[in-house]
Amino acid sequence: MADAPARPERHILEMVGFASLVLAALVLIGYAFATQVMPGMAPVAASGAGLAQPGDILFYVFAVGAVASAGGVAFSRNIIYSALSLLGALLSTGALYVFLHAEYVAITQLLIYVGGVLVLILFAVMLTHRIQDGKHSNPSTGVLPGIALLGALVLVLGFVATKTPWKADLNAVPPQDSAYGIGDLFLGHYLLPFEVSSLVLLATLIGAVVVARKEIRE
Amino acid sequence: MLAPGLGSFLLVGALLFALGTYTVITRTNAVGILMGVELILNAANVNFVAFNRYNPTPLLTGQVVSLFVIVLAAAEAAVALAIVLAIYLNTRTIDVTDADTLRE
Repeated sequence: MADAPARPERHILEMVGFASLVLAALVLIGYAFATQVMPGMAPVAASGAGLAQPGDILFYVFAVGAVASAGGVAFSRNIIYSALSLLGALLSTGALYVFLHAEYVAITQLLIYVGGVLVLILFAVMLTHRIQDGKHSNPSTGVLPGIALLGALVLVLGFVATKTPWKADLNAVPPQDSAYGIGDLFLGHYLLPFEVSSLVLLATLIGAVVVARKEIRE
Repeated sequence: MLAPGLGSFLLVGALLFALGTYTVITRTNAVGILMGVELILNAANVNFVAFNRYNPTPLLTGQVVSLFVIVLAAAEAAVALAIVLAIYLNTRTIDVTDADTLRE
């Protein structure tokens, strides 16, 4: 580690960090612009004068963390760093669900995404990627059209999200026990999709084993 | 700084979606493309849960749909990674620009 400046990983790390910082600054600037300059985006969760409560600071921390981690996934040139950035993005998104009083979805996000899907992705990275060679393990192509599409999407979707006069109103009473209501819906109104999804999971289980196994010929 | 409203959550979802789309169209590593798909699905989930919270009627449909999305994302990841492993076992690469056997 003594010759750290000569190692290319350090350079990649710096680039990822720089991209994340730039993205975070862009988000902050965009949000400040959207809230201060455009009066159409009145805060809905405001109690009182519309100033941020102390808990709202945490929201901004997690929102910026989610977007910055997604930027790490998008711009990192090492697939391992991409996977670890995806961890940050999924964790921050799960934290955002807590702010929306969706505790059950947040826990499910942690269990399935972070505990299942991310571990699966890391397994795939480790199994298919020769760690020793190739620092440039996450190559990208068509960066210029990608950047153009990224800018267009951010502009259009950001405009729609912030300028539309949503008829948004908080739930009259925040759902105290979302797990109860979700279970009621799963075994009531959404019983058929629930059963179909269990069938999908069974098919996935068998299909993944059949596709990924090595054939053993006697 | 103002309190977060529906627009803030939608803005986070929009940025996640845009970054996921960028990841999908620029990566040539198959696993990297999968990460972009996961980002896109997460963006959709953020929107579902946010609209569910800011719906004036206390329904939980948005959360139920987001749970279905999570389940299908897990299934999709399992099958796609199995396919990636199969491609790797056959060709020793997971670069999607090299996996064009059907085109020739």
